[in-house]
Amino acid sequence: MAKLELRGVVKRFGDNTVCNGINLDIEEGQMVCLIGASGAGKSTLLRCINLLEPTEDGEIFLDGEDIAVPGLDPQTVRARIGMVFQSYNLFPHMTALENAMLAPRRVHGLTREEVQPEIEALFTRFGLADRMQNYPDQLSGGQQQRVAIVRALAMKPEVMLFDEITSALDPQLVGEVLDVLLQLKDQGMTMVLATHEMGFAREAADKVCFLKDGRIVEEGPPDQVFGSPQRAETKAFLERALK
Amino acid sequence: MADPKAAGMTRRERYEADQRRRSLTVAATSTVLVIAAIVILVPLAPGWEKVQRSFFNGAVLADTFPKLLDAFLINVMIFAWCAPAIAVLGLLIALARDAKSPALFPLRIFGAAFTDIFRGVPVILTVYLIGFGIPGLGLPRPWNSPYIWGSLALILTYAAYVAEIFRSGIDSVHHSQRSAALSLGLSERQMMRDVVLPQAVRNVVPSQMNMLIALQKDVSLLSFIGPVEIFRQAGVFKSLLANFTPYVGAAIIFLIVTIPATRYADYLMARQMRERR
Repeated sequence: MAKLELRGVVKRFGDNTVCNGINLDIEEGQMVCLIGASGAGKSTLLRCINLLEPTEDGEIFLDGEDIAVPGLDPQTVRARIGMVFQSYNLFPHMTALENAMLAPRRVHGLTREEVQPEIEALFTRFGLADRMQNYPDQLSGGQQQRVAIVRALAMKPEVMLFDEITSALDPQLVGEVLDVLLQLKDQGMTMVLATHEMGFAREAADKVCFLKDGRIVEEGPPDQVFGSPQRAETKAFLERALK
Repeated sequence: MADPKAAGMTRRERYEADQRRRSLTVAATSTVLVIAAIVILVPLAPGWEKVQRSFFNGAVLADTFPKLLDAFLINVMIFAWCAPAIAVLGLLIALARDAKSPALFPLRIFGAAFTDIFRGVPVILTVYLIGFGIPGLGLPRPWNSPYIWGSLALILTYAAYVAEIFRSGIDSVHHSQRSAALSLGLSERQMMRDVVLPQAVRNVVPSQMNMLIALQKDVSLLSFIGPVEIFRQAGVFKSLLANFTPYVGAAIIFLIVTIPATRYADYLMARQMRERR
């Protein structure tokens, strides 16, 4: 049984079908990269997995349990699935440390004393020990994004979703964020990325999915998808993306 | 230019210093001209001497000013208990209007009706209706006090405006903040309390400052239903002395409070504009 299984996931905004029957298996500890042009449905798919968007149809199994059932309390699911956004979305009125401590304290009802040591250890592990007391606007984009990752990890999620997390960064800051992803991969974290970083996807992903018009057109190991794409759409996209 | 200080300036700085000098000169000249015109022309008006005697009488002002200040303490007192009540009620109404749960639907209706009614009726009418109407029910002392019911009228009216400002503040928090909070597993309520509201309240502080200033002035409306606050006290002196100077004195006292407060609100607003940029 895969950690995360998507079966015929459909998401519409009005008449616009953004995800049009998506099937995908993500094994425990795998890093899966979603590639494709803007508007192909990558970000929306991630938001559906995290139940930030209600799906119209299809099932999403987390450890074999369908989490896309209408009426299910999304809170317990979201606590198990971490998400990091393109625009960081740190809470500007809290320090980096407070950002990361908020959810464990509120959702798991832990005290500050109980959560602080572990979370400080996370900051230290990702080279942010001296930034914990800073507010988001005192941090660089790369630091903010790493804090956002730490904030999501603080909930000890089983799966992490990354929504184009390097797209808003200056090119010289992209590396420090991608390094964090590699560390997580080494620790066996199950990860799904929507990304435009083709080089990174090819190097690090276990599986690459090419999306177009709300469908997975082609999927496979990165060497296959990038090296010898089977579908004309994939070829055309890669030629433009890698130019 | 042969200005020795200009020697170390860049071309741009020299140009800007020159511009500054020029606009300063123009501003000073026009101000002097306007003031001179007022000082010279107003006393030429046929009724000026009468007006001066009845509105700007130094002796009357000196006599009544301390007592006006005493009366102003009542304004301050009423303001002091109304302001926190308005903040709390306004926030509750704002939250009620955004309530999503179907069980709270009556609350939403109530919130909408509340803001519609109390923003739609002139403050003085609300003060009259509540200030005279409720004690008219024959309540025993101290429950027939105009202080209580007059204050309630102010609280209800201002809470309606304050609620709308809080609501605009809640709307001003970017929806990505909500996504982030929810994605961490927070409930809607926790998201509101820990993430949205702190930012919303901060965003509307300058606007709410302006409401406080307006409230400080509108406290005087309670004089119509009884309390002898500064406006009423000035009226008493006017009748006693047959002179309008006490009103000018009252206006001066208001300005002493409201001008710094207004300046401060403007400063906060300007700072916020800078931060947003």
